[in-house]
Amino acid sequence: MKRKSKGGIIFDVVLTCFMLVLVFVTIYPLWYVLVASFSSAEAVTTGKVIFWVKDFCTDAYAQAFRTKNLITAYENTIFYSVVGTFLSISMTCLGGYVTSKKRLAGRNIFITIIMITMWFSAGTMPTYLNIRNLGLMNTRTGILLLGAVSAFYLILMRTFFEGVPDAMEESAKIDGASDFTIFLKIYLPLSGAAIVTIILYYFVDRWNGYFWSMILLKDESKIPLQVLLKKLVVEMNATYTESSSYDYTTTSRETMIFATIMVSTLPIVAIYPFIQRFFVKGVTVGAVKG
Amino acid sequence: MRKMNEGAINRVAGSKQELLTRVLRDYQLYIMITPVMVWYIVWCYFPMYGLQLAFKDYSIFKGINDSPWVGVKHFVIFFSGPYAWRVIKNTLAINILNIFIIFPLTIFVALMINEVRCKWFKTSVQTIIYLPHFISAVVVAGLVVTFLSPSSGIVNVIIAALGGTKTYFLAVSGYFRTIFLTMRGWQSIGFGTIIYTSAMCAIDSSLYEAAEIDGAGRFSRIWNITLPGIMPTIAVMLIMKIGHMLQLGSESIILLYQPVTYETADVISSYVYRVGLLDGNYSLSTAVGLFNGVVALILVMIANKISKNISEVGIW
Repeated sequence: MKRKSKGGIIFDVVLTCFMLVLVFVTIYPLWYVLVASFSSAEAVTTGKVIFWVKDFCTDAYAQAFRTKNLITAYENTIFYSVVGTFLSISMTCLGGYVTSKKRLAGRNIFITIIMITMWFSAGTMPTYLNIRNLGLMNTRTGILLLGAVSAFYLILMRTFFEGVPDAMEESAKIDGASDFTIFLKIYLPLSGAAIVTIILYYFVDRWNGYFWSMILLKDESKIPLQVLLKKLVVEMNATYTESSSYDYTTTSRETMIFATIMVSTLPIVAIYPFIQRFFVKGVTVGAVKG
Repeated sequence: MRKMNEGAINRVAGSKQELLTRVLRDYQLYIMITPVMVWYIVWCYFPMYGLQLAFKDYSIFKGINDSPWVGVKHFVIFFSGPYAWRVIKNTLAINILNIFIIFPLTIFVALMINEVRCKWFKTSVQTIIYLPHFISAVVVAGLVVTFLSPSSGIVNVIIAALGGTKTYFLAVSGYFRTIFLTMRGWQSIGFGTIIYTSAMCAIDSSLYEAAEIDGAGRFSRIWNITLPGIMPTIAVMLIMKIGHMLQLGSESIILLYQPVTYETADVISSYVYRVGLLDGNYSLSTAVGLFNGVVALILVMIANKISKNISEVGIW
């Protein structure tokens, strides 16, 4: 090993410190939420909680789960994320597969129809009126269908399918396989990694999205976690109103929000280390092809 | 002459015949794409029909078709009103600050990460700093609101402990951009480095070895090899950022702003949302949205054209 110069050592020390600061700044807000959610309301509101749990208690969680809303919202989020992602990935694979076939008559028309939406969308209001005209206001179907296909992921999927050698398809054709069979038995299994990546992207988007759920859903029984949380947050940000859906006698608004944040973010954070490499792959592929 | 015509007719007939066989041959592919096309038409093209509202006075009772045409009335209302300049200015301000602060910071962090030699340390840092990208807008806004809470938020607790006075930062319009950009930075800088670190991987390592033999220090290597090596990527990303300026979403803005901070916080998309969905002024909202969409389209097209030229140059 080469001996390091003095300047090199200083550089490494500064670099390491910088990285640690970066990590601290990234983690601290989330860490704070975690410790505060397990601390007593009194300790949190008086600012005694900084780095560690003070007066350990689980009141905030108990409170959050006592209100039936949270459990319902959780079920809704899981429903929208799982069913929605399944719908999205199915459509994306179908669209990506068919548009990857250069022999197909009318292929360019399909591609144009898909590509235009990447460049121009009608906007918030026309989209809203369209949903109303379709009679999908305040329905789960509306939430599942809205934004079901992303042109970007579809093109990503198409690129993967284009990478599969044509010889695979030709030999299957000679054996008498139909297009459906070739798609299901050859192309889908070969594109496993790409499909997993895109499923994860769709899943996180679905899990985290709140805007259209907030606008379309009126029934408490249909809203997902993010909308519930949004109500809590905005309620807090706006000037204090007496009427609220929660009883704050034993907990504070803050700990309540922290507990809800923990509960709603935990699944994403828990699976994150395992799926992270897939996301990174997705970004770099998109960068090369896009 | 007649012969040629016949030949042409035959060819047309032949290609029609051929087209039919091709369509029949691939009928299963057409079945497969049908749901996708139906989805696109219903969810992306039906709304475009509703764009005519920008030129009509929408009335709920008359519906889209029977509402009276009013020409560019709503565009005139918007541009002569007090809010046009405000929302355009705010949209541009947030984007420009983003380009001047967050964009270079991202590149800086990527350069620093690239210098970390210890493999496991580098990977751990990367894993951690990508994480905020996956936290939802609502949760991040929730963090901001609770941290800045005037009574018990940690920021104010620290300020009070240091002898300062507690401030309700979210209710002061002068602080909004700082708060918003800090939030954006926290969420996007880490994940934004991926594109640069992967561009750095593509730099020929013999360049570094040669520089080391020539006695170039770390800074000199960063400045003379790494930075030029990722220049095409930087250029493309910068142009894309400029191109996508007007697509600044309302999702995180509407969670943080309040009427008292509209002065600096209200952007085009949040205005479109508020006027249309909260105030029920459908036509005005559609008009502003259409204006935004058209200008955004032009910007993105220009940006794409330029970046295509650059990346071709960049390959060389």
